[in-house]
Amino acid sequence: MALPPTRPRRHRPPARAAVLACALVTGAGLVTACGTDDNRTIDVYYAPEDNFQTVVDDCNEQADGRYRIVYHKLPRDADGQREQMVRRLAAGDETMDVLGLDVTWVPEFAEAGWIEEWTGDRKAEAERDVLPGPLATAQWDDRLWAAPKNTNVQLLWYDDRLTPEPPSTWDEMIRDSKRLKREGEPHQILFTGAQYEGLVVFYNSLVASAGGRILSDDGERVIIDEGAVEALRILKEITTSGLTDPSLTNQQEDEVRLAMQQGRGAFEINWPFVYASYAAEKPDTLQHFKWAPYPSVQQGEPGRSTIGGYDLAVSSASTNKPAAFEAALCLRSAEHQKYSALKDGVPPSIETVYDDTEPLDPSKPADPEDNPSMATEYPMRGTIKEALQNSAVRPLTPAYQNLSTVMAKVLSPPSEIDPQRTAERLREELTAALDSKGVIP
Amino acid sequence: MSHAVTDASGGEPAASTGTPKKARLSEGRKAERRLGWLLCAPAAIVMLAVTGYPIVYSIWLSLQRYDLRFPGEQEFVGLDNYIAVLSNPYWWTAFGTTMLITVVTVAIEFVLGMALALVMHRTLVGRGLVRTVALIPYGIVTVAAAFSWYYAWTPETGYLANLLAEGGAPLTEYGPSLLIIALAEVWKTTPFMALLLMAGLALVPDDLMRAASMDGANAWQRFTKVMLPVMKPAILVALLFRTLDAFRIFDNIFVLTGGSNDTSSVSMQTYNNLIKGLNLGIGSAMAVLIFLTVALIAFLFVKGFGTAAPGSDDGGKR
Repeated sequence: MALPPTRPRRHRPPARAAVLACALVTGAGLVTACGTDDNRTIDVYYAPEDNFQTVVDDCNEQADGRYRIVYHKLPRDADGQREQMVRRLAAGDETMDVLGLDVTWVPEFAEAGWIEEWTGDRKAEAERDVLPGPLATAQWDDRLWAAPKNTNVQLLWYDDRLTPEPPSTWDEMIRDSKRLKREGEPHQILFTGAQYEGLVVFYNSLVASAGGRILSDDGERVIIDEGAVEALRILKEITTSGLTDPSLTNQQEDEVRLAMQQGRGAFEINWPFVYASYAAEKPDTLQHFKWAPYPSVQQGEPGRSTIGGYDLAVSSASTNKPAAFEAALCLRSAEHQKYSALKDGVPPSIETVYDDTEPLDPSKPADPEDNPSMATEYPMRGTIKEALQNSAVRPLTPAYQNLSTVMAKVLSPPSEIDPQRTAERLREELTAALDSKGVIP
Repeated sequence: MSHAVTDASGGEPAASTGTPKKARLSEGRKAERRLGWLLCAPAAIVMLAVTGYPIVYSIWLSLQRYDLRFPGEQEFVGLDNYIAVLSNPYWWTAFGTTMLITVVTVAIEFVLGMALALVMHRTLVGRGLVRTVALIPYGIVTVAAAFSWYYAWTPETGYLANLLAEGGAPLTEYGPSLLIIALAEVWKTTPFMALLLMAGLALVPDDLMRAASMDGANAWQRFTKVMLPVMKPAILVALLFRTLDAFRIFDNIFVLTGGSNDTSSVSMQTYNNLIKGLNLGIGSAMAVLIFLTVALIAFLFVKGFGTAAPGSDDGGKR
């Protein structure tokens, strides 16, 4: 096969090679050291949030050239987010400035020396008007390590055609569900039963509602007291009475939401995002999709729901910490929390935002379609705020990841729980996990 | 490699005397051998650097208490990590599950792969098309394929789950989950097995087969007495590769069940400890144990297949 005649190479302008080399160098630079060349660039690593870029742009405008935030989207799932950050932080990566931490990671990152403590005026600013639950998630060792960005809390969702009066305790819910089953109505109790963090969240809420504890307050010892055993008993009862979905042990938040929307459930324990989905996908029956506070274990005591959400921390390896602190504060300011709450459905951690009555564009009247206000987007905001007052924080410990993996494993499948024996296993295996000596399943 | 050199030397007397004593090498042979080593050296050094160093380093890590989250507590603990892993029921459950998946899938793949190889070998019309079609599953990204299996077996949304009895959720139970994982593995890698076996089939000379049928051997006898023995080296390679691969199964399980209901494999457990748990000590100990198991499997295979092993000194001659 004859090759086509090549052009004479001798006269090729030497500039081309230089351009190529330059492109290679800058290309490599993008991968290894983006941001370090210009100290004013603040690299923010945060979970994907549809309209967060608008917040970033607004902060950049307010900064007026003092810094320029670049938003790097982390993977969608929490494990993926954590993995990427811890790998890079452990290697001393200097190109991460502000980190979006899930509320369970703060002690781990603080203990490992990966994030900076908040002090002085910045601390005061980050704590101002923040609800107590979300604030607790940003603290470790009596110090503040992050600024709460948004919070989240689970509620009980129900259909008021099936149960006009929602159950206030788990016993009532089980009773109602059994009655509905007898009557041939949708009766399932839906919650996240897969072997993952969601099951741990559910169990943690039950433990807190029963007045129990999993760890001691300093996070050093495993307790698993009477309340924790009571929570195991309830979990067992719900899952062995034929009231849950057949795919319970494969259900995460979204499967639970779908099951409720498809009319399979009477009760759903889930985050408030389900309301927006329901409104978008089944607007016809939205007026029957109601919410109530988290069910309690004992009549008269409040039910306690586990808190979710994100905190913003400043990396210890950041090369421009003052600007990073400033940027973090801007990204989670009351004004921006309101914007994110209205546009992306993430409940604010600042209490005053809940009482805000102005729509997004104050010059025009509120309208659910294109000018939402807290009232149009969060009809359940009163319940959310109340739930946040009674909320449960997941055990605070640097070894939370180990703890959670082991707990999810020991609790799976929930129908096989034997309260006393499972409690003993939890005590044993969580102790090993706390020391990071045991094997994670 | 060494047999090639021996062959090249032709009628050297050393071979015929049969004494175990090594024949003295002539000056020329020595120089040749030295040159051989020199030529190998760059490859050997690169191999050592990219495989030897990480292996040694992970062995070193496995002897320490080393958790990235507690950098202050790093210390040498000897075999403690191995004791922790080997005395842990989770590890043995995962080990059993992995072994089960390995044995079952490789056995099925071998039978199906052989059938597929025979079909591909014998096809007269559209040979290229048949081979291409058979190889499609192997060309699909495992994770993408695993997701399609996952959705197919999810109740309400999946076409396969809907074939089952009402309310069945196969991916939430141990047995059915394992079956689905095995199915996904077999579907995915049988073409690979078939491809390797087909290469083996090409080794079987046609006159040998004709001679066998002249001697009155029926089709089954020709297959078992002539084809299989001649194909032995190819079969060894196919089984060995697949067994080692199957033992390190990760992606299918990760997507299909995430390791719930005891379906975790040893590789997933290592990932959980090393990457999620950031426990370099325990995680490395697991990685070393997997490495040892894989080495043992390879050793047993080569021993079990005896002289037919490629790379063994007589290179399949009998």
